[in-house]
Amino acid sequence: MTPRDRIRNFSIVAHIDHGKSTLSDRLIQATGGLSDREMKEQVLDNMDIERERGITIKAQTVRLDYKAADGETYVLNLMDTPGHVDFAYEVSRSLAACEGALLVVDASQGVEAQTLANVYQALDNDLEIVTVLNKIDLPAAEPERVKQQIEDVIGLDASAAVEISAKTGLNINSVLEAIVTRLPPPKSGDADKPLKAMLVDAWYDPYMGVVVLFRVIDGVMKKGMRIKLMQADAAYGVDRVGVFKPKPTDVADLGPGEIGFFTASIKEVADARVGDTITEERRPTAVALPGFKPAQPVVFCGLFPVDAANFEDLRAAMGRLRLNDASFSYEMETSAALGFGFRCGFLGLLHLEIIQERLTREFNLDLIATAPSVIYKIRLRDGTVLDLHNPADMPDVMKIEEIEEPWIKATILTPDEYLGAILKLCQDRRGLQRELSYVGSRAMVVYDLPLNEVVFDFYDRLKSVSKGYASFDYQIEDYRAGDLVKMAILVNDEPVDALSMLVHRARAESRGRAMCEKLKELIPQHLFKIPIQAAIGGRIIARETISALRKDVTAKCYGGDISRKRKLLDKQKEGKKKMRQFGKVEIPQEAFIAALKMDGD
Amino acid sequence: MNAPAFGVYIHWPYCAAICPYCDFNVRRDRGDDHSALIDAIAADIAEHGRRFSAGPARSVFFGGGTPSRLSGAQVDKMLRAVDAAFGLAADAEVSLEANPEDCARFAEHAAAGVNRFSLGVQALEDAALRALGRFHSARDALWAIDAAAHLGARVSADLIYAREGQTLDTWRAELVRALALPVEHLSLYQLTIEAGTPFARAVDRGRMAPPDADQAASLYAATQALCDDAGMPAYEISNHARSAAAQSRHNLLYWRGQAWAGVGPGAHGRLTDGETRLATSAHRGVRAYIDAVSANGVGWVERETLSAQAFADERLLMGLRLGEGVARRPIETLRGAAFEETVMTRLRDLGLLSFDATTLRLTPAGRLVCDRVIAELSRLAS
Repeated sequence: MTPRDRIRNFSIVAHIDHGKSTLSDRLIQATGGLSDREMKEQVLDNMDIERERGITIKAQTVRLDYKAADGETYVLNLMDTPGHVDFAYEVSRSLAACEGALLVVDASQGVEAQTLANVYQALDNDLEIVTVLNKIDLPAAEPERVKQQIEDVIGLDASAAVEISAKTGLNINSVLEAIVTRLPPPKSGDADKPLKAMLVDAWYDPYMGVVVLFRVIDGVMKKGMRIKLMQADAAYGVDRVGVFKPKPTDVADLGPGEIGFFTASIKEVADARVGDTITEERRPTAVALPGFKPAQPVVFCGLFPVDAANFEDLRAAMGRLRLNDASFSYEMETSAALGFGFRCGFLGLLHLEIIQERLTREFNLDLIATAPSVIYKIRLRDGTVLDLHNPADMPDVMKIEEIEEPWIKATILTPDEYLGAILKLCQDRRGLQRELSYVGSRAMVVYDLPLNEVVFDFYDRLKSVSKGYASFDYQIEDYRAGDLVKMAILVNDEPVDALSMLVHRARAESRGRAMCEKLKELIPQHLFKIPIQAAIGGRIIARETISALRKDVTAKCYGGDISRKRKLLDKQKEGKKKMRQFGKVEIPQEAFIAALKMDGD
Repeated sequence: MNAPAFGVYIHWPYCAAICPYCDFNVRRDRGDDHSALIDAIAADIAEHGRRFSAGPARSVFFGGGTPSRLSGAQVDKMLRAVDAAFGLAADAEVSLEANPEDCARFAEHAAAGVNRFSLGVQALEDAALRALGRFHSARDALWAIDAAAHLGARVSADLIYAREGQTLDTWRAELVRALALPVEHLSLYQLTIEAGTPFARAVDRGRMAPPDADQAASLYAATQALCDDAGMPAYEISNHARSAAAQSRHNLLYWRGQAWAGVGPGAHGRLTDGETRLATSAHRGVRAYIDAVSANGVGWVERETLSAQAFADERLLMGLRLGEGVARRPIETLRGAAFEETVMTRLRDLGLLSFDATTLRLTPAGRLVCDRVIAELSRLAS
């Protein structure tokens, strides 16, 4: 057990690419956690996808033993938190396990939208903050301007900011000293009380099974004891207790203020819920920790195998992913257009993308994803309220009193020159402006936006209108009533379930027209003409027609042409397998994929 | 007349010049001595005779290239080889594709046994002929038709339409003149831009714009109407005859799924070997062809025993081109399944197909989308 006053628990708050991972690596190196040889670039981001995209999905810790200038040796627990809003709840739990945070800001780029959201969360959790300006060695670095910006925008005193270069290792020691001298040790905690610890995160390790990351508040965690997860209401015998240095290293016990891991033959990650309270089975603590929330999917979409024969593979892959990611949910779905697949729930758009990418990459599956949707609350005339995330499940309009949709508060930081285009984008997406201010040459806009307008293709549009310079973050705000309607797409008078969507009435016509035009391009001519319509209820709001094929005939066909024609026919038959039959119309698989990917504007 | 229909196709690859729309196996004739190729073709015919018990040949077709460049003696040599190998029926149809420029040799050809000339007239407008890269004039073509007719031969004329800039009116006027020619048979081909030809390059570079599908469809419909009125209805997608007797007996072998031997560079054959249908194709290169014949007896580069399914597809895709339609039974037996009632009914309801218990037949509207209808019909229920 480490004495409480020798412990410092902290996390790092930073925007992508501002150097969080590099700084973590330097801290590990400087305290001798790993030899240079063992030092893989950016140790903490384990998954391929994490490394490639520079984001952290799972919280991780590393314990550093640091001999400070005062001659004492301190235990520094660096908590690496997910940096994305999709994982806001996980972030909040990670932050709740710390007393301090390093705010890392790129000395040339300055504060970004994501930094803001995370630093406010840290402040909400009463964390002490040490500001670190990174990349101070770059010619473009403007530490004074950025310090001013931090004070203006965040309201933090940045005068004592530590100026470093994580890349070259400049001033890394000053960071370590600042952690010891400026961040507080864990507040009160009593080793004699019954165990009370917070479950910070959990993941599946192929060698160790389910590994639980936790922070002790009161009591002691040791090997062999019987513990209980209070929310899950399940008890386990603890097999291993340890810390990451960063390699997993067993310890005898962990006391108040300490952070570490345990394993206890927990079968599924889903059983170890983030935010749960860990206590002793025989001598439980009286009150669970506040702030627990079950994982709540926010964005939904259907995932279908491109080749129907891969359905079972997809099911197996979903099961394996779910083992390690309890926040991802799925249930079977059948679509007339796309066959058998799954309706999946995600914490947000990034989470959706990550899961989709892992399915494709790690399990080698070709997938079709339907347009993402959100959870609508449908208030029926009989007083009941339904949660709806699949337009196919929409009840009869006559029974509906009102539909509510989730709204977000979006914060966008952008160079001034793109502001006009961004305001127009937000306005087009039914946004309500809440704030517009300037931070040096950068504008900060805060908008209320319906989430369903954002899940569509907002990121892509924002990126394109700002040439990639705008940064964006959001928080779920509330549910608000909206004039939402189900828009069906009919091909040859048959509704195509995979293409129907809930849209705001004011946006229905433009979306419907865009979809019809796109399908007209994508569906090949048939022997008959094919009407393509967008409809709300029985009312057609947009229409295109694919004219009938007028001519498809070989002019000359003699003895020397037969083999070629037959091979062509064989090819056509092969191609038919990739068609989805829709009534009398055959729609190529690619048409569905392209239609679902389409831009909204 | 109990022997199954059988014919011989002889490919002569040489041309005076290569036409810019042509993607056949052709090469420019530099006036070299071609006796080695003639010998090889004759030997190939003889070897076919030894390997297959077919015959007598009720048709021989000299195609190309430009077989009208052959001398009477060369034609004679190859016909004798056919007679020796299979027997040449007394009333055999012996066709030869001819360029109008070669009309001086028609008498020689007729003396050697050619009794049907298929003339590459292509157009009756001089400007159009130049655009098509042809060296003869409309007058030359008319002269050549007369020359062939005077020899007592059956005469067919090829015309290419749906040319760049052609309107319904200009084509109608040209077709009316064609229908008045002293010919018993017309092959009316819509211009097809074949990959790899000079025309294809011109279209790619935007220097040429043939009529679009709608315009081409209108031109086709106008063609059918005029030909029907003139007593020269289509008996195949692009072929018109004044009577059943005037139809090309040889080409009907292809469309009816019957048998023929294919000799000469690049020629394709379909032969019956016991119960199986054999597809052969000869080396395309002249040198390679001659070498193959001397090494193996035949000039084949490929020989494939067709599966029943493949044969069924071939019979359907060729047979449906005919005005008489195609018999269902033999195809359904080969593919081991009847045509799907729902598919046939749907096509009939669209006005594209007529059918009864024995026959499938395209309607005039169906002919314009023949390839798509074939694709629909050939599919087996899954």
